Amino acid sequence: MKICLKIVSGHFYGDNGKMKEYHYTGPVEHRFSPYSFNGGTVLAVAGEDFAIVASDTRLSEGYSIHSRDSPKCYKLTNTTVIGCSGFHGDCLTLTKIIDARLKMYKHSNNKSMTSGAIAAMLSTILYGRRFFPYYVYNIIGGLDEEGKGAVYSFDPVGSYQRDTYKAGGSASAMLQPLLDNQIGFKNMEGVQHLPLNQEKAVQLVKDVFISAAERDVYTGDALRICIVTKEGIKEETVPLRKD
Amino acid sequence: MALSNVVETPASGFNFENVSRNVALEGLLEGGHTKAPKPMKTGTTIAGVVCKDGVVLGADTRATSGEVVADKMCAKIHYISPNMYCCGAGTAADTEKTTDLLSSNLTIFSMNSGRNPRVVMAVNILQDMLFRYRGQIGASLILGGVDCTGNHLYTVGPYGSIDNVPYLAMGSGDLAALGILEDRFKPNMELEEAKQLVRDAIHSGIMSDLGSGNNIDICVITKQGVDYIRPYQESEYKDKRQRRYKYRPGTTSILTEKIVPLELEVVQETVQRMDTA
Repeated sequence: MKICLKIVSGHFYGDNGKMKEYHYTGPVEHRFSPYSFNGGTVLAVAGEDFAIVASDTRLSEGYSIHSRDSPKCYKLTNTTVIGCSGFHGDCLTLTKIIDARLKMYKHSNNKSMTSGAIAAMLSTILYGRRFFPYYVYNIIGGLDEEGKGAVYSFDPVGSYQRDTYKAGGSASAMLQPLLDNQIGFKNMEGVQHLPLNQEKAVQLVKDVFISAAERDVYTGDALRICIVTKEGIKEETVPLRKD
Repeated sequence: MALSNVVETPASGFNFENVSRNVALEGLLEGGHTKAPKPMKTGTTIAGVVCKDGVVLGADTRATSGEVVADKMCAKIHYISPNMYCCGAGTAADTEKTTDLLSSNLTIFSMNSGRNPRVVMAVNILQDMLFRYRGQIGASLILGGVDCTGNHLYTVGPYGSIDNVPYLAMGSGDLAALGILEDRFKPNMELEEAKQLVRDAIHSGIMSDLGSGNNIDICVITKQGVDYIRPYQESEYKDKRQRRYKYRPGTTSILTEKIVPLELEVVQETVQRMDTA
Protein backbone atom coordinates (compact mmCIF):
# COMPACT_ATOMS: atom_id res chain seq x y z
CA MET A 1 0.00 0.00 0.00
CA LYS A 2 1.45 3.39 -0.92
CA ILE A 3 0.69 6.46 1.22
CA CYS A 4 1.56 10.03 0.10
CA LEU A 5 4.52 11.54 1.99
CA LYS A 6 5.14 15.24 2.17
CA ILE A 7 8.37 15.17 4.25
CA VAL A 8 11.50 16.75 2.83
CA SER A 9 14.15 14.26 3.84
CA GLY A 10 14.63 11.25 6.04
CA HIS A 11 17.43 9.03 7.18
CA PHE A 12 17.48 5.34 6.45
CA TYR A 13 19.23 2.98 8.84
CA GLY A 14 19.58 -0.65 7.97
CA ASP A 15 21.70 -3.70 8.40
CA ASN A 16 24.18 -3.57 5.59
CA GLY A 17 25.77 -6.70 4.26
CA LYS A 18 24.55 -8.94 7.08
CA MET A 19 24.33 -12.58 6.08
CA LYS A 20 20.82 -14.04 6.47
CA GLU A 21 20.49 -16.82 9.03
CA TYR A 22 19.74 -20.09 7.28
CA HIS A 23 19.54 -22.26 10.40
CA TYR A 24 16.20 -23.20 11.93
CA THR A 25 16.03 -21.28 15.20
CA GLY A 26 12.66 -22.37 16.58
CA PRO A 27 8.90 -22.18 15.91
CA VAL A 28 8.18 -19.75 13.08
CA GLU A 29 5.20 -17.42 13.43
CA HIS A 30 3.23 -16.80 10.26
CA ARG A 31 1.26 -13.56 10.47
CA PHE A 32 -2.24 -13.51 9.08
CA SER A 33 -2.55 -10.58 6.71
CA PRO A 34 -5.93 -8.85 6.83
CA TYR A 35 -5.36 -7.35 3.37
CA SER A 36 -5.13 -8.82 -0.10
CA PHE A 37 -4.63 -7.08 -3.41
CA ASN A 38 -7.43 -7.62 -5.94
CA GLY A 39 -6.01 -5.57 -8.80
CA GLY A 40 -7.86 -3.19 -11.10
CA THR A 41 -7.24 0.24 -12.53
CA VAL A 42 -9.38 3.39 -12.22
CA LEU A 43 -9.21 6.61 -14.21
CA ALA A 44 -11.05 9.93 -14.02
CA VAL A 45 -10.98 12.94 -16.36
CA ALA A 46 -12.68 16.32 -15.83
CA GLY A 47 -13.82 18.42 -18.79
CA GLU A 48 -15.51 21.80 -19.17
CA ASP A 49 -19.03 20.48 -18.50
CA PHE A 50 -18.55 16.74 -18.07
CA ALA A 51 -16.56 14.23 -16.06
CA ILE A 52 -15.56 10.68 -16.99
CA VAL A 53 -14.84 7.88 -14.52
CA ALA A 54 -13.59 4.63 -16.07
CA SER A 55 -12.43 1.34 -14.61
CA ASP A 56 -11.60 -2.13 -15.82
CA THR A 57 -13.80 -5.00 -14.63
CA ARG A 58 -11.27 -7.69 -13.71
CA LEU A 59 -11.12 -8.94 -10.12
CA SER A 60 -8.00 -11.00 -9.48
CA GLU A 61 -5.97 -12.47 -6.64
CA GLY A 62 -2.42 -13.66 -7.08
CA TYR A 63 -2.30 -15.15 -10.56
CA SER A 64 -5.99 -16.19 -10.68
CA ILE A 65 -9.08 -14.36 -11.82
CA HIS A 66 -12.06 -14.19 -9.44
CA SER A 67 -14.41 -12.40 -11.82
CA ARG A 68 -14.31 -10.86 -15.27
CA ASP A 69 -17.33 -8.63 -14.58
CA SER A 70 -16.69 -6.68 -11.40
CA PRO A 71 -16.68 -2.95 -12.28
CA LYS A 72 -15.02 -0.59 -9.88
CA CYS A 73 -17.09 2.56 -10.51
CA TYR A 74 -20.01 3.14 -8.15
CA LYS A 75 -22.72 5.76 -8.66
CA LEU A 76 -23.13 7.93 -5.57
CA THR A 77 -25.49 10.72 -6.67
CA ASN A 78 -26.79 12.01 -9.99
CA THR A 79 -23.68 14.13 -10.36
CA THR A 80 -20.96 12.01 -8.72
CA VAL A 81 -19.30 8.67 -9.43
CA ILE A 82 -16.54 7.10 -7.34
CA GLY A 83 -13.93 4.62 -8.55
CA CYS A 84 -12.33 2.35 -5.94
CA SER A 85 -9.52 -0.16 -6.52
CA GLY A 86 -7.29 -2.13 -4.19
CA PHE A 87 -8.66 -4.59 -1.65
CA HIS A 88 -12.17 -5.51 -2.79
CA GLY A 89 -13.49 -6.19 0.73
CA ASP A 90 -12.62 -2.66 1.82
CA CYS A 91 -13.99 -1.19 -1.45
CA LEU A 92 -17.41 -2.76 -0.79
CA THR A 93 -17.54 -1.67 2.87
CA LEU A 94 -16.37 1.85 2.07
CA THR A 95 -19.02 2.37 -0.63
CA LYS A 96 -21.70 1.08 1.76
CA ILE A 97 -20.55 3.56 4.40
CA ILE A 98 -20.55 6.43 1.89
CA ASP A 99 -24.06 5.50 0.69
CA ALA A 100 -25.35 5.51 4.27
CA ARG A 101 -23.76 8.89 4.99
CA LEU A 102 -25.26 10.32 1.79
CA LYS A 103 -28.73 9.23 2.88
CA MET A 104 -28.22 10.73 6.35
CA TYR A 105 -27.13 14.04 4.83
CA LYS A 106 -30.14 14.06 2.46
CA HIS A 107 -32.52 13.49 5.35
CA SER A 108 -31.01 16.14 7.61
CA ASN A 109 -30.30 18.84 5.03
CA ASN A 110 -33.00 18.18 2.42
CA LYS A 111 -30.55 18.25 -0.48
CA SER A 112 -28.00 15.90 -2.13
CA MET A 113 -24.33 16.22 -1.32
CA THR A 114 -22.15 18.08 -3.82
CA SER A 115 -18.99 16.47 -5.23
CA GLY A 116 -16.74 18.70 -3.15
CA ALA A 117 -18.65 17.85 0.01
CA ILE A 118 -18.46 14.11 -0.70
CA ALA A 119 -14.72 14.42 -1.22
CA ALA A 120 -14.22 16.22 2.09
CA MET A 121 -16.39 13.69 3.89
CA LEU A 122 -14.49 10.74 2.36
CA SER A 123 -11.23 12.24 3.55
CA THR A 124 -12.43 12.26 7.17
CA ILE A 125 -13.89 8.74 6.85
CA LEU A 126 -10.54 7.44 5.60
CA TYR A 127 -8.49 9.28 8.21
CA GLY A 128 -10.77 7.90 10.93
CA ARG A 129 -9.07 4.58 10.18
CA ARG A 130 -5.56 6.03 10.13
CA PHE A 131 -4.08 3.11 12.08
CA PHE A 132 -5.86 0.26 10.28
CA PRO A 133 -6.49 1.85 6.89
CA TYR A 134 -8.96 0.97 4.20
CA TYR A 135 -6.72 -0.49 1.48
CA VAL A 136 -8.52 1.41 -1.28
CA TYR A 137 -7.30 3.90 -3.88
CA ASN A 138 -10.24 6.24 -4.51
CA ILE A 139 -10.94 8.68 -7.30
CA ILE A 140 -14.14 10.75 -7.32
CA GLY A 141 -15.39 12.23 -10.58
CA GLY A 142 -18.38 14.51 -10.94
CA LEU A 143 -19.75 18.01 -11.53
CA ASP A 144 -19.19 20.81 -9.04
CA GLU A 145 -21.75 23.44 -8.01
CA GLU A 146 -21.06 25.51 -11.15
CA GLY A 147 -21.57 22.50 -13.44
CA LYS A 148 -17.88 22.17 -14.31
CA GLY A 149 -16.14 18.78 -14.25
CA ALA A 150 -14.25 17.91 -11.06
CA VAL A 151 -11.91 15.06 -10.13
CA TYR A 152 -10.73 14.39 -6.58
CA SER A 153 -7.99 11.80 -5.99
CA PHE A 154 -7.25 10.15 -2.65
CA ASP A 155 -4.62 8.02 -0.99
CA PRO A 156 -5.60 5.18 1.37
CA VAL A 157 -5.53 7.40 4.52
CA GLY A 158 -7.47 10.39 3.21
CA SER A 159 -5.03 12.87 1.69
CA TYR A 160 -6.83 14.38 -1.32
CA GLN A 161 -6.65 17.10 -3.89
CA ARG A 162 -8.70 18.34 -6.83
CA ASP A 163 -7.26 17.40 -10.22
CA THR A 164 -8.12 17.61 -13.90
CA TYR A 165 -7.23 13.97 -14.53
CA LYS A 166 -5.88 11.10 -12.42
CA ALA A 167 -5.19 7.40 -12.77
CA GLY A 168 -5.16 5.02 -9.79
CA GLY A 169 -4.75 1.32 -9.15
CA SER A 170 -2.38 -1.27 -10.54
CA ALA A 171 -1.65 0.31 -13.95
CA SER A 172 -1.65 3.91 -12.65
CA ALA A 173 2.10 4.33 -13.19
CA MET A 174 1.64 3.43 -16.87
CA LEU A 175 -1.44 5.59 -17.51
CA GLN A 176 -0.57 8.77 -15.60
CA PRO A 177 2.39 9.84 -17.80
CA LEU A 178 0.29 9.32 -20.94
CA LEU A 179 -2.50 11.47 -19.52
CA ASP A 180 0.04 14.11 -18.47
CA ASN A 181 1.14 14.29 -22.07
CA GLN A 182 -2.19 14.10 -23.87
CA ILE A 183 -4.42 16.12 -21.55
CA GLY A 184 -1.89 18.27 -19.69
CA PHE A 185 0.29 18.82 -22.81
CA LYS A 186 3.38 18.30 -20.68
CA ASN A 187 6.83 17.81 -22.22
CA MET A 188 5.70 19.12 -25.60
CA GLU A 189 6.73 22.27 -27.44
CA GLY A 190 4.75 24.25 -29.95
CA VAL A 191 1.52 22.26 -29.57
CA GLN A 192 -1.85 23.97 -29.46
CA HIS A 193 -3.53 23.60 -26.06
CA LEU A 194 -6.98 22.61 -27.30
CA PRO A 195 -9.58 22.14 -24.57
CA LEU A 196 -10.74 18.55 -24.25
CA ASN A 197 -14.18 17.78 -25.64
CA GLN A 198 -16.25 14.81 -24.50
CA GLU A 199 -15.84 12.64 -27.59
CA LYS A 200 -12.03 13.00 -27.65
CA ALA A 201 -11.86 12.32 -23.93
CA VAL A 202 -13.84 9.08 -24.26
CA GLN A 203 -11.64 7.94 -27.17
CA LEU A 204 -8.51 8.75 -25.18
CA VAL A 205 -9.76 6.81 -22.16
CA LYS A 206 -10.52 3.75 -24.32
CA ASP A 207 -7.10 3.86 -26.00
CA VAL A 208 -5.29 4.33 -22.72
CA PHE A 209 -6.98 1.28 -21.20
CA ILE A 210 -6.22 -0.84 -24.29
CA SER A 211 -2.56 0.02 -23.74
CA ALA A 212 -2.74 -0.72 -20.03
CA ALA A 213 -4.31 -4.14 -20.69
CA GLU A 214 -1.40 -5.00 -23.02
CA ARG A 215 1.26 -4.56 -20.37
CA ASP A 216 -0.38 -4.93 -16.95
CA VAL A 217 -1.53 -8.43 -16.02
CA TYR A 218 -4.12 -7.20 -13.50
CA THR A 219 -5.97 -5.02 -16.03
CA GLY A 220 -8.25 -6.43 -18.71
CA ASP A 221 -11.52 -8.23 -19.54
CA ALA A 222 -13.75 -5.16 -20.03
CA LEU A 223 -13.80 -1.40 -19.52
CA ARG A 224 -16.72 0.37 -17.87
CA ILE A 225 -16.96 4.11 -18.62
CA CYS A 226 -19.35 6.38 -16.68
CA ILE A 227 -19.88 9.79 -18.30
CA VAL A 228 -21.32 12.41 -15.93
CA THR A 229 -23.08 15.41 -17.49
CA LYS A 230 -25.87 17.66 -16.29
CA GLU A 231 -28.31 15.34 -18.08
CA GLY A 232 -27.28 12.46 -15.86
CA ILE A 233 -24.89 9.51 -15.86
CA LYS A 234 -24.38 7.43 -19.01
CA GLU A 235 -22.62 4.04 -18.86
CA GLU A 236 -20.67 2.38 -21.66
CA THR A 237 -18.91 -1.01 -21.70
CA VAL A 238 -16.01 -1.82 -24.04
CA PRO A 239 -14.32 -5.27 -24.22
CA LEU A 240 -10.59 -5.54 -23.43
CA ARG A 241 -8.04 -8.38 -23.61
CA LYS A 242 -9.11 -11.45 -21.66
CA ASP A 243 -5.75 -13.19 -21.43
CA MET B 1 38.95 -27.71 -24.33
CA ALA B 2 36.11 -30.18 -23.79
CA LEU B 3 37.19 -32.60 -26.54
CA SER B 4 37.05 -36.04 -24.97
CA ASN B 5 35.12 -35.39 -21.78
CA VAL B 6 31.75 -33.82 -22.59
CA VAL B 7 30.16 -33.53 -19.17
CA GLU B 8 32.62 -32.50 -16.48
CA THR B 9 31.69 -32.18 -12.85
CA PRO B 10 33.53 -29.20 -11.37
CA ALA B 11 36.31 -29.86 -8.85
CA SER B 12 34.28 -29.17 -5.70
CA GLY B 13 30.73 -30.64 -5.64
CA PHE B 14 28.72 -27.51 -4.86
CA ASN B 15 29.73 -24.10 -6.15
CA PHE B 16 28.09 -21.34 -4.13
CA GLU B 17 30.54 -18.45 -4.58
CA ASN B 18 27.85 -16.23 -5.98
CA VAL B 19 25.34 -16.72 -3.17
CA SER B 20 27.42 -14.90 -0.53
CA ARG B 21 28.23 -12.22 -3.09
CA ASN B 22 24.51 -11.74 -3.81
CA VAL B 23 23.64 -11.44 -0.13
CA ALA B 24 26.35 -8.83 0.36
CA LEU B 25 25.14 -6.91 -2.69
CA GLU B 26 21.54 -7.02 -1.49
CA GLY B 27 22.62 -5.65 1.87
CA LEU B 28 24.45 -2.76 0.20
CA LEU B 29 21.53 -2.02 -2.09
CA GLU B 30 18.87 -2.12 0.67
CA GLY B 31 20.84 0.45 2.68
CA GLY B 32 20.96 2.76 -0.32
CA HIS B 33 18.06 3.97 -2.43
CA THR B 34 18.29 1.43 -5.26
CA LYS B 35 16.72 -1.99 -5.36
CA ALA B 36 18.26 -5.21 -6.65
CA PRO B 37 16.97 -5.85 -10.19
CA LYS B 38 14.18 -8.40 -10.25
CA PRO B 39 14.91 -11.35 -12.53
CA MET B 40 12.43 -11.74 -15.36
CA LYS B 41 10.25 -14.81 -14.82
CA THR B 42 8.32 -16.37 -17.62
CA GLY B 43 5.10 -16.98 -15.56
CA THR B 44 4.06 -19.46 -18.15
CA THR B 45 1.91 -22.24 -19.42
CA ILE B 46 3.84 -25.03 -21.16
CA ALA B 47 2.52 -28.45 -22.08
CA GLY B 48 3.60 -31.60 -23.88
CA VAL B 49 1.84 -34.69 -25.21
CA VAL B 50 3.15 -37.99 -26.63
CA CYS B 51 1.17 -39.16 -29.64
CA LYS B 52 1.38 -42.07 -32.07
CA ASP B 53 3.90 -40.51 -34.48
CA GLY B 54 5.94 -38.35 -32.12
CA VAL B 55 5.82 -35.63 -29.46
CA VAL B 56 3.90 -32.32 -29.50
CA LEU B 57 5.12 -29.45 -27.31
CA GLY B 58 3.25 -26.19 -26.75
CA ALA B 59 3.87 -22.89 -24.94
CA ASP B 60 2.40 -19.40 -24.58
CA THR B 61 4.52 -16.32 -25.39
CA ARG B 62 4.21 -13.94 -22.45
CA ALA B 63 7.15 -13.08 -20.17
CA THR B 64 6.35 -11.08 -17.00
CA SER B 65 8.57 -9.07 -14.71
CA GLY B 66 6.46 -8.82 -11.56
CA GLU B 67 3.06 -7.58 -12.70
CA VAL B 68 4.29 -5.97 -15.93
CA VAL B 69 4.42 -7.84 -19.22
CA ALA B 70 8.06 -7.61 -20.28
CA ASP B 71 7.86 -9.50 -23.57
CA LYS B 72 4.71 -10.25 -25.58
CA MET B 73 6.37 -12.58 -28.07
CA CYS B 74 9.03 -14.51 -26.21
CA ALA B 75 10.13 -17.93 -27.44
CA LYS B 76 9.82 -20.58 -24.75
CA ILE B 77 10.45 -23.67 -26.87
CA HIS B 78 14.22 -24.02 -27.10
CA TYR B 79 16.26 -26.08 -29.54
CA ILE B 80 18.33 -28.85 -27.97
CA SER B 81 19.24 -31.08 -30.91
CA PRO B 82 17.66 -31.92 -34.30
CA ASN B 83 15.45 -34.50 -32.58
CA MET B 84 14.80 -32.79 -29.22
CA TYR B 85 13.17 -29.55 -28.10
CA CYS B 86 12.67 -28.21 -24.58
CA CYS B 87 10.00 -25.88 -23.14
CA GLY B 88 11.12 -23.78 -20.17
CA ALA B 89 9.18 -22.13 -17.31
CA GLY B 90 10.53 -20.17 -14.36
CA THR B 91 13.31 -17.58 -14.43
CA ALA B 92 13.83 -16.65 -18.09
CA ALA B 93 17.62 -16.37 -17.95
CA ASP B 94 17.93 -19.73 -16.20
CA THR B 95 15.83 -21.62 -18.75
CA GLU B 96 17.69 -20.06 -21.69
CA LYS B 97 21.18 -20.62 -20.38
CA THR B 98 20.48 -24.14 -19.12
CA THR B 99 19.03 -25.26 -22.44
CA ASP B 100 21.83 -23.55 -24.39
CA LEU B 101 24.45 -25.31 -22.28
CA LEU B 102 22.69 -28.64 -22.77
CA SER B 103 22.45 -28.10 -26.51
CA SER B 104 26.16 -27.27 -26.83
CA ASN B 105 27.20 -30.29 -24.79
CA LEU B 106 25.02 -32.61 -26.86
CA THR B 107 26.39 -31.21 -30.14
CA ILE B 108 29.92 -31.97 -28.96
CA PHE B 109 28.82 -35.44 -27.94
CA SER B 110 27.21 -36.24 -31.28
CA MET B 111 30.28 -34.99 -33.14
CA ASN B 112 32.50 -37.15 -30.94
CA SER B 113 30.49 -40.35 -31.10
CA GLY B 114 28.78 -39.96 -34.47
CA ARG B 115 25.39 -40.74 -32.90
CA ASN B 116 22.21 -38.73 -32.36
CA PRO B 117 21.83 -38.01 -28.66
CA ARG B 118 19.10 -39.88 -26.81
CA VAL B 119 16.48 -38.14 -24.72
CA VAL B 120 17.52 -39.99 -21.53
CA MET B 121 21.04 -38.58 -21.89
CA ALA B 122 19.74 -35.01 -22.11
CA VAL B 123 17.50 -35.58 -19.11
CA ASN B 124 20.35 -36.98 -17.04
CA ILE B 125 22.60 -34.03 -17.85
CA LEU B 126 19.85 -31.57 -16.87
CA GLN B 127 19.06 -33.39 -13.68
CA ASP B 128 22.74 -33.50 -12.74
CA MET B 129 23.18 -29.77 -13.20
CA LEU B 130 19.96 -28.62 -11.52
CA PHE B 131 20.45 -30.89 -8.49
CA ARG B 132 24.00 -29.65 -8.12
CA TYR B 133 22.68 -26.09 -7.69
CA ARG B 134 20.06 -27.09 -5.13
CA GLY B 135 17.15 -25.18 -6.72
CA GLN B 136 19.02 -21.87 -7.04
CA ILE B 137 18.58 -22.24 -10.81
CA GLY B 138 14.84 -21.62 -11.19
CA ALA B 139 14.16 -23.63 -14.33
CA SER B 140 11.21 -26.03 -14.76
CA LEU B 141 11.67 -27.77 -18.08
CA ILE B 142 9.61 -30.07 -20.30
CA LEU B 143 11.91 -32.02 -22.60
CA GLY B 144 10.43 -33.88 -25.55
CA GLY B 145 12.15 -35.82 -28.33
CA VAL B 146 12.17 -38.77 -30.70
CA ASP B 147 15.14 -41.10 -30.83
CA CYS B 148 15.91 -44.70 -31.79
CA THR B 149 14.17 -45.99 -28.65
CA GLY B 150 10.86 -44.20 -29.29
CA ASN B 151 8.96 -41.00 -28.42
CA HIS B 152 9.77 -39.55 -25.00
CA LEU B 153 8.47 -36.75 -22.81
CA TYR B 154 10.20 -35.81 -19.55
CA THR B 155 9.87 -33.01 -17.04
CA VAL B 156 12.80 -31.77 -14.93
CA GLY B 157 12.03 -29.63 -11.88
CA PRO B 158 14.24 -26.85 -10.48
CA TYR B 159 15.49 -29.06 -7.64
CA GLY B 160 16.44 -31.86 -10.02
CA SER B 161 13.39 -34.14 -9.93
CA ILE B 162 12.30 -36.04 -13.04
CA ASP B 163 8.98 -37.35 -14.26
CA ASN B 164 8.45 -39.49 -17.36
CA VAL B 165 4.79 -39.38 -18.41
CA PRO B 166 2.77 -39.27 -21.65
CA TYR B 167 1.32 -35.77 -20.98
CA LEU B 168 2.58 -32.86 -18.90
CA ALA B 169 2.05 -29.22 -18.06
CA MET B 170 4.31 -26.81 -16.12
CA GLY B 171 4.44 -23.15 -15.20
CA SER B 172 2.00 -20.89 -13.37
CA GLY B 173 -0.84 -21.99 -15.68
CA ASP B 174 -0.14 -25.70 -15.28
CA LEU B 175 -3.28 -26.55 -13.31
CA ALA B 176 -5.54 -24.98 -15.93
CA ALA B 177 -3.74 -26.82 -18.75
CA LEU B 178 -3.66 -30.08 -16.83
CA GLY B 179 -7.44 -29.96 -16.47
CA ILE B 180 -7.83 -30.06 -20.25
CA LEU B 181 -5.14 -32.72 -20.65
CA GLU B 182 -6.62 -34.99 -17.98
CA ASP B 183 -10.02 -34.74 -19.62
CA ARG B 184 -9.14 -35.44 -23.24
CA PHE B 185 -5.83 -37.30 -23.35
CA LYS B 186 -5.89 -40.77 -24.93
CA PRO B 187 -2.84 -42.98 -25.63
CA ASN B 188 -1.69 -43.20 -29.28
CA MET B 189 -3.55 -40.17 -30.58
CA GLU B 190 -3.31 -38.96 -34.15
CA LEU B 191 -1.03 -36.00 -34.80
CA GLU B 192 -3.75 -33.47 -35.62
CA GLU B 193 -5.77 -34.46 -32.57
CA ALA B 194 -2.68 -34.12 -30.36
CA LYS B 195 -1.90 -30.65 -31.77
CA GLN B 196 -5.47 -29.55 -31.09
CA LEU B 197 -5.29 -30.92 -27.53
CA VAL B 198 -2.04 -29.09 -26.74
CA ARG B 199 -3.42 -25.90 -28.29
CA ASP B 200 -6.55 -26.14 -26.14
CA ALA B 201 -4.50 -26.82 -23.00
CA ILE B 202 -2.31 -23.76 -23.56
CA HIS B 203 -5.37 -21.67 -24.42
CA SER B 204 -6.98 -22.63 -21.11
CA GLY B 205 -3.79 -21.57 -19.30
CA ILE B 206 -3.76 -18.26 -21.18
CA MET B 207 -7.37 -17.42 -20.26
CA SER B 208 -7.26 -18.55 -16.61
CA ASP B 209 -3.75 -17.54 -15.57
CA LEU B 210 -2.60 -13.93 -15.42
CA GLY B 211 1.05 -14.88 -15.95
CA SER B 212 0.34 -16.45 -19.38
CA GLY B 213 -1.01 -14.79 -22.48
CA ASN B 214 -0.64 -13.59 -26.04
CA ASN B 215 0.15 -16.18 -28.73
CA ILE B 216 0.55 -19.98 -28.75
CA ASP B 217 3.66 -21.73 -30.12
CA ILE B 218 3.61 -25.41 -31.07
CA CYS B 219 6.51 -27.73 -31.87
CA VAL B 220 5.87 -31.14 -33.44
CA ILE B 221 8.74 -33.65 -33.33
CA THR B 222 8.49 -36.82 -35.39
CA LYS B 223 10.92 -39.35 -36.83
CA GLN B 224 10.76 -37.48 -40.14
CA GLY B 225 11.73 -34.15 -38.63
CA VAL B 226 10.59 -31.15 -36.65
CA ASP B 227 7.79 -28.70 -37.40
CA TYR B 228 8.26 -25.56 -35.28
CA ILE B 229 5.11 -23.50 -35.74
CA ARG B 230 5.57 -20.04 -34.27
CA PRO B 231 2.96 -18.74 -33.79
CA TYR B 232 0.51 -21.62 -34.15
CA GLN B 233 -2.26 -19.30 -33.15
CA GLU B 234 -2.06 -15.56 -32.86
CA SER B 235 -3.83 -13.83 -30.04
CA GLU B 236 -7.35 -12.78 -31.05
CA TYR B 237 -6.89 -9.47 -29.23
CA LYS B 238 -5.38 -6.95 -31.59
CA ASP B 239 -4.97 -3.49 -30.12
CA LYS B 240 -7.36 -1.24 -32.00
CA ARG B 241 -6.62 2.25 -30.82
CA GLN B 242 -8.94 4.93 -32.16
CA ARG B 243 -6.72 7.99 -32.15
CA ARG B 244 -3.32 8.37 -33.72
CA TYR B 245 -0.53 9.39 -31.39
CA LYS B 246 2.10 10.94 -33.59
CA TYR B 247 4.28 13.92 -32.72
CA ARG B 248 5.50 16.53 -35.17
CA PRO B 249 9.26 17.00 -35.42
CA GLY B 250 10.18 19.75 -32.97
CA THR B 251 7.76 18.66 -30.24
CA THR B 252 10.62 17.72 -27.94
CA SER B 253 12.41 20.93 -27.02
CA ILE B 254 16.10 21.19 -27.80
CA LEU B 255 17.85 22.88 -24.89
CA THR B 256 21.40 23.23 -26.21
CA GLU B 257 23.02 22.34 -29.51
CA LYS B 258 26.72 21.78 -30.12
CA ILE B 259 28.02 20.93 -33.60
CA VAL B 260 31.56 19.60 -33.93
CA PRO B 261 32.69 19.26 -37.57
CA LEU B 262 34.86 16.18 -38.20
CA GLU B 263 37.65 16.52 -40.75
CA LEU B 264 37.54 13.29 -42.77
CA GLU B 265 39.01 12.24 -46.08
CA VAL B 266 38.17 9.05 -48.00
CA VAL B 267 41.18 6.73 -48.05
CA GLN B 268 39.70 3.45 -49.27
CA GLU B 269 36.27 2.33 -50.44
CA THR B 270 35.05 -1.30 -50.42
CA VAL B 271 31.56 -2.62 -51.20
CA GLN B 272 30.30 -5.75 -49.42
CA ARG B 273 26.92 -7.32 -50.21
CA MET B 274 24.68 -8.00 -47.21
CA ASP B 275 22.55 -11.11 -47.19
CA THR B 276 19.07 -9.66 -46.68
CA ALA B 277 17.12 -12.84 -47.46
